Amino acid sequence: MFDQQFVETIFLTFRLAFITTVILFFAGLPVAYFLAYKDFRFKPVVETVVSLPLVLPPTVLGFYLIVLLSPEGFLGGLIEKISGHSLLFTFEGLVLGSVVYSFPFMVHPLQSGFSSIPPSLIEASYTLGKSRIETLLKVILPNMKPSILTGIVLTFAHTIGEFGVVLMIGGSIPGETKVASIAIYEEVEALNYDRANLYALVLFLITAFILIVVYTVNRRFTRAQNL
Amino acid sequence: MILKLEKRLKGSEGEFLLNVDMDIPEGSFVTIFGRSGAGKTTILRMIAGLEKPDRGFIKVGNSVYYDSSAGIDLPPQKRKVGFVFQDYALFPNMTVAENILFGMEKPDRGFLDYLLELTGLEKLADRKPDTLSGGQKQRVALARAVARKPEILLLDEPLSALDMETRKMLQEELQRIHRDMNLTTFLISHDFSEVFRLSDTVYVLDRGSIVKQGRPEDVFVQERLSGKVKFSGEIVDIKREDVVYIVSVLIGNRIIKVVADPAEAEDLSIGDRVVVASKAFNPFIIRV
Repeated sequence: MFDQQFVETIFLTFRLAFITTVILFFAGLPVAYFLAYKDFRFKPVVETVVSLPLVLPPTVLGFYLIVLLSPEGFLGGLIEKISGHSLLFTFEGLVLGSVVYSFPFMVHPLQSGFSSIPPSLIEASYTLGKSRIETLLKVILPNMKPSILTGIVLTFAHTIGEFGVVLMIGGSIPGETKVASIAIYEEVEALNYDRANLYALVLFLITAFILIVVYTVNRRFTRAQNL
Repeated sequence: MILKLEKRLKGSEGEFLLNVDMDIPEGSFVTIFGRSGAGKTTILRMIAGLEKPDRGFIKVGNSVYYDSSAGIDLPPQKRKVGFVFQDYALFPNMTVAENILFGMEKPDRGFLDYLLELTGLEKLADRKPDTLSGGQKQRVALARAVARKPEILLLDEPLSALDMETRKMLQEELQRIHRDMNLTTFLISHDFSEVFRLSDTVYVLDRGSIVKQGRPEDVFVQERLSGKVKFSGEIVDIKREDVVYIVSVLIGNRIIKVVADPAEAEDLSIGDRVVVASKAFNPFIIRV
């Protein structure tokens, strides 16, 4: 039942979600920080770019990523020169696509987390002689744990659930770019409902389990804050 | 300490120029008094470096914090200032002791114990701020503000949200801290008794300008009123009785009834801050 290809696909799906989430946490943090605390002229433009993946059909996003990453494209050409191969139809390309696709799911919760910190808390830290970085690490981030958790969970779940982008730029190469959502689609196409069901059930159970753990922890955070 | 500040402010009644010039002896206790929106908080924020004046000069002891003509503008971190915020601004993720330790450059357990004792917080050291009462939070904020051993202490209406009794206790604590640490202290306050009890000098601010300054009794009580006993309080009731008015004044937590003639009473209304003075026998009442 759990043959090698099945395990490989499930493992790949979660590996993709995990790597995407880690990258997005560190990439989303500075972006959210600037959007929450700085006011600059082109802020609406940056906010639009961040939010675009929310409203664009994944196929549109996938299409532009193909254009961008193809060896003829600017970025694709550059990458091929450096690494020797194209990112299209590779796991790395999939990671890049997922990072772009899930960007708002990390940035938005973090941004509202930053905004929820009373300004006087930050100012108090400054008047106590603490630098911006120290204030960020010891005052701001510890007091927005629920937002951080929300960002991480949403990004992770959203990456597991993605379909269109992955299909466009990854194709469906077993062990390389074939994730569970695509596998389910293919099994249904081939009328293998039992196998599709297996993929779906495993995905469903693992994801539900992660969410339960996360919300339990989150409740403890919010409780600790309200105590 | 020399303070020359200029900044255009937008208030609820339109734009006005905040323009103050103060020369304050080290170690004194100064109150800034005035209606809300007069620019009091802005002055403290500019001293702390949280807001930038349009023009000006700030010198504390031997260090220049700000000098627009020389292009000096120290960031808040470099200014040795203790700031007590109106909303306390305690860090919810830290215990009382951690909040205070966070204010120190190097953790100093001995000094922490001293501060905890000074503010009566020994038993609450391991509690999180959210479990404390308003007065207790205020004490933590105070202890944290002085933990860095600042040159000046800035208090932005620190007691306004507290009840009478807590307020009195904290006023005594403020006095003790001020005396013990010999800190130049700035207090923003609306409360007369607070101003009278605590400050050496009071500056009355109105729409950005200092309209009066001096010792509290000189500023608030006019010369012609050379009464033997003076109390400040708040009018809670005015009643007409035949040809005179009976004015009830809340002083401390007591109500005192004072007779006023119609001409005097015309000028008074409920909620006014007043001084009740007594010359020989008859107490009389003056609006301040």
